[in-house]
Amino acid sequence: MWEYTDKVKEHFLNPKNIGEVENPDGVGDVGSIACGDALHLTFKLDEQGRIADAKFKTFGCASAIASASALTELIKGKTLEEAEKITNQEIANYLGGLPKEKMHCSVMGQEALEQAIASCRGTEVQKAEGEVICECFGVTDKEIERAVRENNLKTVEDVTNYTKAGGGCERCHDDIRKLIAKVQGETAPEEKKPLTNIQKIKLIEETIEREIRPSLRQDGGDIELVDIIGNRVQVATRGACAACPSAPITMKNLVEAKLREFVSPDLVVEEVSS
Amino acid sequence: MKPIYVDNNATTQVAPEVMAAMLPYFREYYGNPSSMHTFGGQVGPKVRKAREQVAELIGANADEILFTSCGSESDNTAIRSALASNPEKRHIIISRVEHPAIRSLTASLENQGYRVTEIPVDSQGHLNLEKLQESLTPDTAIVSIMWANNETGVIFPLEKIAEMVHRHGITFHTDAVQAVGKIPINLRNTTIDMLSLSGHKLHAPKGVGGLFIRKGTKFSPFLIGGHQERGRRAGTENVPGIIGLGAGCQLAKKNMDQENSRVRKLRDHLEKELLYRIPNSLVNGDPLQRLPNTSNISFEFVEGESILLMLNEFNICASSGSACTSGSLEPSHVIRAMGVPFTMAHGSIRFSLSIYNTREEVDFIIDKLPPIIERLRLMSPFGSQGNKAACTLQ
Ligand code: FES
Repeated sequence: MWEYTDKVKEHFLNPKNIGEVENPDGVGDVGSIACGDALHLTFKLDEQGRIADAKFKTFGCASAIASASALTELIKGKTLEEAEKITNQEIANYLGGLPKEKMHCSVMGQEALEQAIASCRGTEVQKAEGEVICECFGVTDKEIERAVRENNLKTVEDVTNYTKAGGGCERCHDDIRKLIAKVQGETAPEEKKPLTNIQKIKLIEETIEREIRPSLRQDGGDIELVDIIGNRVQVATRGACAACPSAPITMKNLVEAKLREFVSPDLVVEEVSS
Repeated sequence: MKPIYVDNNATTQVAPEVMAAMLPYFREYYGNPSSMHTFGGQVGPKVRKAREQVAELIGANADEILFTSCGSESDNTAIRSALASNPEKRHIIISRVEHPAIRSLTASLENQGYRVTEIPVDSQGHLNLEKLQESLTPDTAIVSIMWANNETGVIFPLEKIAEMVHRHGITFHTDAVQAVGKIPINLRNTTIDMLSLSGHKLHAPKGVGGLFIRKGTKFSPFLIGGHQERGRRAGTENVPGIIGLGAGCQLAKKNMDQENSRVRKLRDHLEKELLYRIPNSLVNGDPLQRLPNTSNISFEFVEGESILLMLNEFNICASSGSACTSGSLEPSHVIRAMGVPFTMAHGSIRFSLSIYNTREEVDFIIDKLPPIIERLRLMSPFGSQGNKAACTLQ
């Protein structure tokens, strides 16, 4: 039997806010009976746009019931903007933690909330389309990638705990492993080798040409590269820019920002006269 | 409150008689039966006696009984022995509802290049005998089919199955861990080659099991070392455990009638009342061809772990074939193999009784469970119709 915290037990045995809010402003439905758990969340806003009442119905294990109960408690009194920041980890934390095998219950809570907020705003949750990777539980690559990214998951077992994918026939394990590697590869980009001076100069010139000059020219201005000393990039303004009182802002917000983005985050731009 | 233990297919309490039989062999008679001195010699006859007691329960000869550490070891020994004795054959047949002791073993053998065929069951849990017949090939080294299912209690027509397999000259093994001690078994009338049993399912302790190996069956040991068990299993004998197993078998023989009448009546009462009081509930498995102590009931629109934990609040200890309690996310492979729909499969609870359960205990469960189901259904997005729907009891 799973080890549950007292808080989980309390919310399972005496769940708060069971039922359905009348004339709800937000409705979220996730899960299915085939998957073994499902959650129906409803809430109502007050005049200030805060969640005045929230209720749930759930089919699932003790963690699913406790997570739903915790979720309704967490969102009450919050604006939609505040509520939408709630993560599955916060739901789990509120309960003093969930067994790792049961983290998918907190994920279900987060998803139901997203859906309910979207329905309230009259939009649709951007359902990450994608290809079904786990046939047993109907989980797509996009959903797996998101869970891996948001919770820094490292193993197939982690993915199963958070999404259920891989918890059945295990045929999808290889694909899940590939997705983990892909996402982990994104988040930990290969250490870039430092640029040589020549590479750096070339890249700065290219960036000025491609990303900076066209927008300055639109306003009748221009810029010229004067020198590069270490990470200091010295430039001179030309045309309209030379006489523009906002030139220092342009230097910071456009020139320096673009050079940092495309060349190196360490660069500092200085305006010199020449 | 004293716990109401209705999870006897998981394990049983050691019977007081069994305990009494074992105790002296921890403190007074702790000799090693392999020793030459008197001290060791004192226990040898007791081990022999236990072997006879086991043999007697299942209609075998004492020298056909091998003591092991558990049912899983017996299963492993039987299957690996059959493969080692027929090295040219690469095919194994099991049922789709075998215990993990068999399923995990054959899955690992599959990775080593063996072919495994799993015979399906129908909605009542009966084995598809035609499919079994078709699957027997000259390449089949062993067929291993359980005698009674641990989750539903469904009993397979083992004598018939063994006969069918034997006609093809294929070794036949049965995992009879749940059947031994609960229903009469007489191996003399059958062509079963090997049979596994386990102590802790019949009020003997955990950590001791047995394997029947019919005289003349080719055998290759699994544990290799000393000459214990006539060279068929190395390792110093678990003397107190073996004596406990013998005593447990003797007790089971004595209690068989009670198991088949009083326990069966209790089980039927439990089942009938629960089905009557809880709409949309259903018994899994053949209603008649079942172990007398086992009842597996599905409650639609609710999930097994939640039921179990709420029962636990009343100190009622049952078990669930549901995903959540087993560590896997899918409902029990047995229930799914029977094609029970998901709405039912997730909410299945197994009650397994023993001679120690009383009518009061069963009535207490009958009293406590319906409100639990009703409460969970009220909480469930699918469940409100479950509470109102007509009773499924015919
Ligand atoms: S396809 Fe993913 S577990 Fe079966």
